[in-house]
Amino acid sequence: MTASQESTTTVKQRIMTVVAPILQQLFLPAGAIVLSLLAGAVFILLIGKNPVTAYIALVQGAFGNLFSIGETLENTTPLILTGLAVAFAFRAKLFNIGAEGQFLMGALAATWVGINLPMPAGIHLLAALLAGTIVGGLWGGFAGLLKATRGVHEVISTIMLNFIAIFFISYMVTGPMKEVSALDIPQTARVLPTAQLMKIMPPSRLSAGIIIALLAAGFIWWLLWKTTIGYEVRAVGLNFFAAEYAGIRPNYNMFLAMLISGGLAGLGGAIIMTGLFYRYQHGFEPGYGFTAIAVALVGGNNPPGVVLAALLFATLSQGALGMQNVAGVPQDTVLIIQALVIFFVAAPQIVRAAPDWWAKRKAAAAAAAEGAQMEGGTA
Amino acid sequence: MDMLISIFSVALFASTIRAATPLILAALGGIFSERSGVVNIALEGIMLIGAFFAMLISYLGREAGLPPLASALAGAVGAMVFGFLISMIHAVVSIRYRADQVVSGVAINILALGLTGFLLQQIFNTSGNSPSVPNLPAAPIPGLASIPVLGPIFFNQPPIVYIGLIAVPVAAFVLFRTPLGLRIRAVGEHPKAADTVGINVFRLRYLGVALSGVLAGLGGAYLSLGQLNIFTEGMTNGRGYIALAAVIFGKWSPWGALGACLLFGLADAVQISLQNAGVNIPSDFLLMLPYVLTLVALTGFIGRSNPPAASGVPYEK
Repeated sequence: MTASQESTTTVKQRIMTVVAPILQQLFLPAGAIVLSLLAGAVFILLIGKNPVTAYIALVQGAFGNLFSIGETLENTTPLILTGLAVAFAFRAKLFNIGAEGQFLMGALAATWVGINLPMPAGIHLLAALLAGTIVGGLWGGFAGLLKATRGVHEVISTIMLNFIAIFFISYMVTGPMKEVSALDIPQTARVLPTAQLMKIMPPSRLSAGIIIALLAAGFIWWLLWKTTIGYEVRAVGLNFFAAEYAGIRPNYNMFLAMLISGGLAGLGGAIIMTGLFYRYQHGFEPGYGFTAIAVALVGGNNPPGVVLAALLFATLSQGALGMQNVAGVPQDTVLIIQALVIFFVAAPQIVRAAPDWWAKRKAAAAAAAEGAQMEGGTA
Repeated sequence: MDMLISIFSVALFASTIRAATPLILAALGGIFSERSGVVNIALEGIMLIGAFFAMLISYLGREAGLPPLASALAGAVGAMVFGFLISMIHAVVSIRYRADQVVSGVAINILALGLTGFLLQQIFNTSGNSPSVPNLPAAPIPGLASIPVLGPIFFNQPPIVYIGLIAVPVAAFVLFRTPLGLRIRAVGEHPKAADTVGINVFRLRYLGVALSGVLAGLGGAYLSLGQLNIFTEGMTNGRGYIALAAVIFGKWSPWGALGACLLFGLADAVQISLQNAGVNIPSDFLLMLPYVLTLVALTGFIGRSNPPAASGVPYEK
């Protein structure tokens, strides 16, 4: 073996030691996505449409021109933040189903500040975003507090808090915060221009919120992996009693995790209101907080993964309409695919078994073909 | 005072029973599932599937020339069958593949929303409302229906209401007075112990989830065929979650859940009649009541509510 050959193998090995774990991490989400798209293709075939045409229409709907790219990214923003919210809570082994309620409460709070507290430009925007983050954080933190002090399971309490938020907001938007106008529409007034986020990609509606979302992802990554807070939150998630034994206060950290989680979701709501809609309309329930669960799972509860997964799900929902209009495939197909992705990520054995199943099928087919050939030979 | 009398009328209590019926059925399903150890936040999705297929089968029945009542009854049966089928996805994923049961439930709810929207678009080329179909009219029980006050409240209702009311004592009897019920509760409290004495944990958990599928499916059928005669996209509108709240508020017992569902149903009925009477009280706080009460019940300041010990924990032999 020559020296150069030797060095290439070691380089190869070195690269593999870095790449292999990443590939391994990617295998499950990628496999889940591929399987779900295949299953979606079966649905599309069943209604007599061409899945390839449909998926091409979907991608074109999401990335066909500068406008749709901007819209897709605008859709990604709230999914990054709510996805981070769910992922951060997951790190403490808490299941935050309430990202939706925290998101909506944050949206309402930011709208209120944006309308009622005139301030110089910039500061006003910051105040609105901060208000959304704080109120969302308190809404999530309350569930954390109930968990830490009364042992109330966070899944149930956050579901209840979602509905309480929805009805509270409905009251506010049709009552105290309702816009005074001749048209009598159940909606708030418009957020003042001083509290609006900048548009960064006209003619699309993409606002600078995407930058805030990416910064938040970076911040959460730093918090999780480079700070004591992140270490303690993860320790509580990995082993509650071991963490307690090591002197980490698990109850405090569960509360903190829900506080931060809710804050992220609330910031998402604040960005939607200051960057996209500018006013809260009655009945606004976009469901980002539920898609966020899929985003966090597919993203492996890791900020970079969450960003990619958010982009994926935003692409699906943005492209869905294009798929319906161009290929005649109902846009709800995208919801089915989304649900399947969650199933596959939640039950990794199915994804892991898929390549084996495929190999077995191929082997069986080959054996059958061989058998047929031999039969043909003897006859 | 006159207003109060006009609101708290016989009609109000009759409408309370009607509003409570889908909740009761789904909550009973939830109790069987959770008592066997499988958390079921999929009730919302199962109900939606039930509501859709009840409408679809009733529609197909009419197209096939069946009389209206037969079509609607077939629809109700179909709702139970499809409720069962969708619940089996939840069962396989969370029992066989030991996935997180909450995650699986979330996926079922999204799947149900997607699937019903997909089929509505594909079959009827519409999003929003289905065409109107034969529904289940009130079926007064001869004799009993003419009793003053009680008659109109309890005995002049669509048939699914009767099933819901009868299902409560039946479920309570099965759960607490039969060997089967004892086994269901055993695998939900301590599956390992149950397994050691020869009880098939997996089979009983499948049974628990299957019952939740059938019952919540029927509850969904009541929405599309009992209260209305159409399917509307997302028509469950959180009722599956209210049923879940009733399970918890009722401490995982059928009678307790019945009480909770009646209370939640009353809140709903009062809200509707207040609105009809044009009273300017924010109805949002009445609608919020079930969730607030459940949250309070959970904190344990008013009688603590504890789930079955092994609920939510996948069992591994």
